[in-house]
Amino acid sequence: MSDFAMPSLGADMAAGTLIEWLVKPGQAVQRGDAVAIVETDKGNIDIEIWQSGVIDELRVPTGTTVPVGTVLATMRDQSTAPAVPPAATPPAPAIAEAPSGPRSSARASPGARQLARQLGIDVSRVHGTGPHGAVTRSDVEKLAATGGMAETTTGKELLVQRPMVESGTGMRRAIAASMSRSKREIPHYYVSESIDVSRLLAWLQRENETRGVAERLLVAAPLVRATALALRKFPELNGHFVDGELRPSESVHLGFAVATKAGGLIAPALHDVERKSVPELMAAIGDLIPRARSGGLRSSELADGTFTLNSLGERGVDVVQGIIYPPQVGLLGLGRIAERPWALDGLLGVRPILTATLAADHRVSDGHRGALFLRAFEELLNQPEQL
Amino acid sequence: MTNTEIERALRESLVEIAPEAELTALAGAVPLREQLDIDSFDFLRLMVLLHEHTGVDIPERDYGRLGTLDAAVAYLSKKLASRPAAR
Repeated sequence: MSDFAMPSLGADMAAGTLIEWLVKPGQAVQRGDAVAIVETDKGNIDIEIWQSGVIDELRVPTGTTVPVGTVLATMRDQSTAPAVPPAATPPAPAIAEAPSGPRSSARASPGARQLARQLGIDVSRVHGTGPHGAVTRSDVEKLAATGGMAETTTGKELLVQRPMVESGTGMRRAIAASMSRSKREIPHYYVSESIDVSRLLAWLQRENETRGVAERLLVAAPLVRATALALRKFPELNGHFVDGELRPSESVHLGFAVATKAGGLIAPALHDVERKSVPELMAAIGDLIPRARSGGLRSSELADGTFTLNSLGERGVDVVQGIIYPPQVGLLGLGRIAERPWALDGLLGVRPILTATLAADHRVSDGHRGALFLRAFEELLNQPEQL
Repeated sequence: MTNTEIERALRESLVEIAPEAELTALAGAVPLREQLDIDSFDFLRLMVLLHEHTGVDIPERDYGRLGTLDAAVAYLSKKLASRPAAR
C-alpha cells in the first residue's frame, strides 16, 4: 500500500484544489498516467502518478482545497487487487462541489477559460454564443453578472464552484510569489551577447522550402535545441538549487515561457530536449503552447523544468533580462531578431542580429562560465545543420 | 472561390486560432497580428488552416503578403485564379 499525495508544482505552490478525479477505486494505473485535475494559481493541471498499481481509495473529494503533501488517494500493488473493485468514492462536500460529468472539453477561448477559472465557473456548462458555440469572455462575464445563475436544461442552476474572487489575481499572485523569492534569494548576474543569426535563418528557409505547410519549422525550435546542447557543456547552469547546494540534472528539461492570452506567463517544461531533433522539438512546442494557453498541462511539465528559455522578441523588445525561476539556476532571455549594421572582416554590412542574455545564479556559477555558455550557444547557431 | 468565400474561410481560420476575438470588428487594413495579438506560432497555424480551407500552399517567403485581412484575401484570390481550372 502506498500514498498518492498532492504534488508541489513549483516553489510557490502551497495548496491545490482537486477539480476532478480521472480514475476510480479499483482502476489500474501506469506510471505517468494523469489521475486527477488540480486547480492551481497557474491554471488547471493534469496530475500524473509516479508509480504503477491499483487505486485503492480516493481520500479527497472534488472541490476540496488541500495543502501540498496531503494524501489524495491510496494505492496497492497490482497483485493484491481484488476481483471486484470497491465502490467507495469520497462524499462530495455540500458547498464546494465541482459538477460531475465528463472532463471539460467545451469549445472556449483561452481568455474565457482563464476568466471562468478565476470566477469559479465551470466553463463546460456556460452557454457559448461565439462561432460554433464557443464560449467567449463576454459569455462568462454575462454569467458572472447574474451571480452565476443560469438557465439550463434542468432549470435555473448555480454554476459557480466556489465563491467568486477578484479576477486576475491567481496567476499574478503565483508570479509575484515566485519572482519575489527569486529576487530575494538568488544573487543574479547577467551576461549578454549579440549573435549574427544569418546562417541560422538561411538554413531555416532552406528547410522550410522542402516542407509542407504543416511541417514547417519556427526559429524557436532550433533555438530550443541549441540552448539544450549548450547546457550539456555547462551542468552548473542546468538543475535545481536545493538545501544549499546545486543538484545538476542529467537531462535538459527546458522551461519554455509562454504568454497566456488573458495575461500572465507560464513556463512548462519540454522534456529531454537534448535527445530530440529540431522537427521533434517543433512538434513538442506545437503541442505545448495551446495547452499552456487553454489548459491541459501535466504536473511533470510544471515541476520538472531545469532551465528556462524566455523569448520576447515577437513583442518587439531587443533585450530580455529575465528573473530566474527557483529552484532553477539559470534563464536565457532572447530578444527580437532585427537587421542591424554589423562589422565583419573590416566591412560594414547589415545582418539579422539576436541578443541573448543569460541570467544565472552566482551561488553556483560566475560570469566567466556564463560567457562561455553564450559562446557555445552562438557556435551552435552558426552551425545549424549540426543541430 | 469568390472573395466573399475566401474572406469567410479566413475568418473561420482566425476563429480557430483566436476564438476569443471579436471578428466582426476586424479592420481590413490593420495588421492581423496587432488586432488579434497572435504570435508566429498562431500565424503558422493560420497558414495551415488556410491551406486546408482553400487548397493554397502558401510558401514561407509570402507570409508577409498576408499580414492584413484585405491583403490575405487579395493574395489568395490571385493564387486561386492562377490555378488551372479543374476539368
